[in-house]
Amino acid sequence: MKKEKPNPSAAVPIMDADAIRRGLRRIAHEIIEGNPALDKVVLAGIPSRGVEIAQRVAAFIREIEKIDIETGVIDVAMHRDDVGTRPELPVVHATKLPVPLEERTVIIVDDVLYTGRTARAAMDAINSFGRAARVQLAVLIDRGHRELPIRPDYVGKNLPTATREQIQVRLLETDNEPDAVWLERES
Amino acid sequence: MTARWTRKDLLGLRELSADEISFILETADAFKQVGTREIKKVPALRGKTLVNFFVEPSTRTRTSFELAAFRLSADVINISTATSSLTKGETLKDTARNLEALHADILVLRHGSAGAPQFLASRVKASVINAGDGAHEHPTQALLDLYTIRERRGKIADLNVAIIGDILFSRVARSNIFGLLKLGAHVTLVGPSTLVPREFEKLGVKVSYKIDDVLPKADVVNLLRIQHERQRREYFPGLGEYIRLFGLTKERAKLLKPDCLIMHPGPINRGVEIDSDVADGLQSVILDQVTNGLAVRMAVLYLCGGIAT
Repeated sequence: MKKEKPNPSAAVPIMDADAIRRGLRRIAHEIIEGNPALDKVVLAGIPSRGVEIAQRVAAFIREIEKIDIETGVIDVAMHRDDVGTRPELPVVHATKLPVPLEERTVIIVDDVLYTGRTARAAMDAINSFGRAARVQLAVLIDRGHRELPIRPDYVGKNLPTATREQIQVRLLETDNEPDAVWLERES
Repeated sequence: MTARWTRKDLLGLRELSADEISFILETADAFKQVGTREIKKVPALRGKTLVNFFVEPSTRTRTSFELAAFRLSADVINISTATSSLTKGETLKDTARNLEALHADILVLRHGSAGAPQFLASRVKASVINAGDGAHEHPTQALLDLYTIRERRGKIADLNVAIIGDILFSRVARSNIFGLLKLGAHVTLVGPSTLVPREFEKLGVKVSYKIDDVLPKADVVNLLRIQHERQRREYFPGLGEYIRLFGLTKERAKLLKPDCLIMHPGPINRGVEIDSDVADGLQSVILDQVTNGLAVRMAVLYLCGGIAT
């Protein structure tokens, strides 16, 4: 589905393809540093862009450490706390995680961290598969405005925003548009 | 995915578009996976109340809806009433009033009269799911049949599907016909002429009275239960003759292509519409249908019960 092109005057570019690549590569380095037992790590993306970001980070880890890290998919739609309040339901996806999760470190991967409710739903989904040894959170953009006590472990870019503003992320594989992040202000 | 779900009720497959049917099946994929988790329960419908209102007896459909609701964290009330004590109009209105008093969010209705779910749906705020109404429709059964075919064969379009048995009195057959045709399958109905009248051809299906001509071409064979309790003499000469002419015996099963799927909505009359060995054979997907029924019903409850009303 094509999104409407932003009005150029209202859109502030935040990251281009190079900046996104550097940000994800740094996250890959930080994950390697923070997890001596990389074979226990699972990068689990939240559909659809989180899944793609997890794949890219896994590719960087492979390039740097020559190790194939496991990846997965976490559906959050059926774990959300706002079902029945929206006229349109989020599309549900199948969750794919390696089991058993015991002794594994699951890193939740998403494009934008905002209220923290999606991350909470993702933790709920992970719990229904078993008791992971550790759960961490990696995001391309942290835009602030948390509504829950949640903080990311790995961040591509911290970006203080106003609630009126919107962060737009595009990735080639999921959106069929060049990699880009920009900020939109509601006029 | 362009399809969107906007309906509060599921009354039949006749009114759904091909996109809507496909959307339910794709949603069911996600819910099927929930059944493989260590904790087979998600909070999607937490705080919602589901009423299983079964005016006709049913064990498997009611249990399947109940388990589907449990796995979505909904609370479930079961109400069943003896058919004999009901007269349609008055009682359904009373039912509607009572359910509104209970603040039910989802009503799963099985009723002997065609149109009963529609009657209720237009009178209550709750979502109404048709769990079988008379000889009209049984949409979740057809959806789980479609899901099972799609899962095993990777597609539904262009497959030859034979539906065999008592078509005239079968809501399962009707819902299957609507769903299969919308998704592009070729449907052939087979059975005694009293139970498979030529009028069905108007729906866009073929009608055949010779099972041995149909079986070799079939990709899917769906055997309907011979409903002893409903058969009247004038429609149905006798079990022995039925088995001889239309039963899927061991001998007849040899006519089937090796990859032809054998389906049955249950409960099976072993030795009547299907031979016991055939029902338990490698081509049989009868137990897959039961497993998939749970996923499909979770998807339907999530979609109809989850939208804001």
